[in-house]
Amino acid sequence: MFESKAGIFFIAGVGFFAFAFLSNAAVPVAMYRDQPEKTVEELVNPRILYQFKELSRRFPEAFEDHVGEASEENCVKALRLGRQVYVGEGCWHCHSQFVRPVSNDSRRFGAVSETWEYQNELQRPVMFGTRRVGPDLTREGGRRGSDWHAVHFFRPKIVSTDSPMPEYPWLFDGAPDKPNKRGIALITYIQWLGSWHDTYPYYEELTEMQLNE
Amino acid sequence: MSAATEAATQPLPENLVNEKLVRWWFLAALTYLAISMLGGILMALQLIHWNPFTKIELLSAGRWRMIHTNAVAYGFIASAFLGMLEWTVPRLTMQRVLSDKLSYFIFFAWQVVVCSTAAGIIIGPSLQDQEWVANLSASLHLPMNLGAQGLEWGETPFWIDPLALAGLALVGANYMTPIARAKGPMYVTLWYFMAAFVWTFLTYAMGNFLPEYSLQGTSAGAVSGLFIHDLVGLFVTPLGWGMMYYIVPILLKKPIWSHGLSLVGFWGLAFFYPLQGIHHFLYTPIPMFLQYGAIISTIAVEFVVATVVINFVGTIWGDGRKIVKDIPLRWFYTGMIFYFITCFQCALQVTLTFQKLIHFTDWVVGHAHLVMFGVFSMWIFGMMTYLFPRLLGRQWASRRLCEWHYWLSAFGVFIMFLDLTLAGVFQGYYWSSLQPWDASVYGSQPFWITRLFAGLMIFSGYCCFITNLYYTWRSPVAETAPATNPELSPA
Repeated sequence: MFESKAGIFFIAGVGFFAFAFLSNAAVPVAMYRDQPEKTVEELVNPRILYQFKELSRRFPEAFEDHVGEASEENCVKALRLGRQVYVGEGCWHCHSQFVRPVSNDSRRFGAVSETWEYQNELQRPVMFGTRRVGPDLTREGGRRGSDWHAVHFFRPKIVSTDSPMPEYPWLFDGAPDKPNKRGIALITYIQWLGSWHDTYPYYEELTEMQLNE
Repeated sequence: MSAATEAATQPLPENLVNEKLVRWWFLAALTYLAISMLGGILMALQLIHWNPFTKIELLSAGRWRMIHTNAVAYGFIASAFLGMLEWTVPRLTMQRVLSDKLSYFIFFAWQVVVCSTAAGIIIGPSLQDQEWVANLSASLHLPMNLGAQGLEWGETPFWIDPLALAGLALVGANYMTPIARAKGPMYVTLWYFMAAFVWTFLTYAMGNFLPEYSLQGTSAGAVSGLFIHDLVGLFVTPLGWGMMYYIVPILLKKPIWSHGLSLVGFWGLAFFYPLQGIHHFLYTPIPMFLQYGAIISTIAVEFVVATVVINFVGTIWGDGRKIVKDIPLRWFYTGMIFYFITCFQCALQVTLTFQKLIHFTDWVVGHAHLVMFGVFSMWIFGMMTYLFPRLLGRQWASRRLCEWHYWLSAFGVFIMFLDLTLAGVFQGYYWSSLQPWDASVYGSQPFWITRLFAGLMIFSGYCCFITNLYYTWRSPVAETAPATNPELSPA
């Protein structure tokens, strides 16, 4: 068996792989089957809608040109595209989305990440990350204003002097106050991060009225 | 039939192996390696603020960082191994591959896979805001990334994945057929190859479809961990060790020291390696008992690895001085030393104690470079140094350049490994001591600058190799075919 073709093909090749898959992948799938995946439509909440409307006020012309109305439907589209930009540009290779229970992470970034936060379409595949050159972004939404993010994506060194982050001028029509469709989408996505959580901070004072606006 | 007539009727290896194709695979591999190294250098320049192309979208460091990793895995290592298989499998089985035409088809199909992966990663994100992409994505509830997908080494754009998987199935069919047809007991190398064909196909299918289409969140994290780990452990590692079991006894002209240890090494790897993937995501919401399982099986596999290394030390025992003159042999044994170091490091860093500090830091990057370059690329360079004179019918033009290639690569990757490991410890302490984030970036600069120069050392070693290859190719064909190469592999 140990040196036969059938033994190597079926036991070592298929068998051990299947055993590992069942024990390491099928088990968590079974454990979390009571937490079905949320679609992006279900993820839109008052906090991110507020940020989205705020974007339309801050960059009215760009927003009008590339998005149109600051509606829930357009917010869904922006979130999907924003995540695609985030993945395509490789943001996730230098920024994690996972607050660890160790290394003082929770004091720096906020509440430790839990399973339910990841059970949604925008975490397919999950963005845990493997390297942090820049800080974790799980709770990044609301910490900074959208104009800060715009300038930062345009040229990070303007707001963060020693930042080694690459520039993304192609997310803009020539100036930091003119984000294009991809730029607006990416800012929306960043502001969404953590918006499902009660610890979501507000960069500027918000009232109940503004949230329901 | 007597043994003598049977030996006489056996075909000669020259008639079994398509040497032209081996050469093509190696040249393709070396081309992708150059592209990958340039991508790595660009990212290294970015981190130390020296990137000259910051405003050019198609040269974005973020996208080229993915070219760097993908070109190494699917361009360089896969192509080099396919060339090696084209040479090795017919010799070990005394059978031709399933079909020569299929071999050619696989070659061209794989170039399409690798080049369109690169094109997708580079150009895809620029086209992402087209209306039809958004509509299709929304109607199918699929993340339609024209560019990279969000999984390390699974960045291969979704429209290439089915083609790549079909290619892997054809590879399996092409090279497993001669193994199946061969009579008598299978040599160790063929165990590893056979298992690798099955594993590579299954791993690719698991990692490039499940986390993208059906799983999300924590479960997808578990599968992602299995994928990134299995790609190294079940595709690169078995092909690499299979190659070592084939080539080292040939160079030393004696059999492997212990057949029993070979069995332990193979079956230990087969059982423990697939169980470890989750160790990439310790302290995540993935259930803790699965994390412990991954840690224990990782430590277990390091014992298995030790038996393999012992077996090869036993094989060279008494002939150790051969590595002074025999450059291919030196490549192989240096790679094995690095292999032992990475595995020892792995048994430590996989524990929760180490993970607390070094997860997400450059420590891991250093580890990855030592594995992929220090071990497997070194073995591939050894194989190429051994095979090119035979493939071209010429001696190496310059032994000195062969030496430079070796020393620059070995020192370069070892410096990079030490540098990034130390950087990781610093970064870990900067973070846990709650200093401002910028402190960790600022404090990394000396390490990142050192890393750039270590990378440039490796790259200049590569340039020596290419220069040597060019002059070798242009030199007149040797009168007699160099069945043994007296200069590099003394008898």
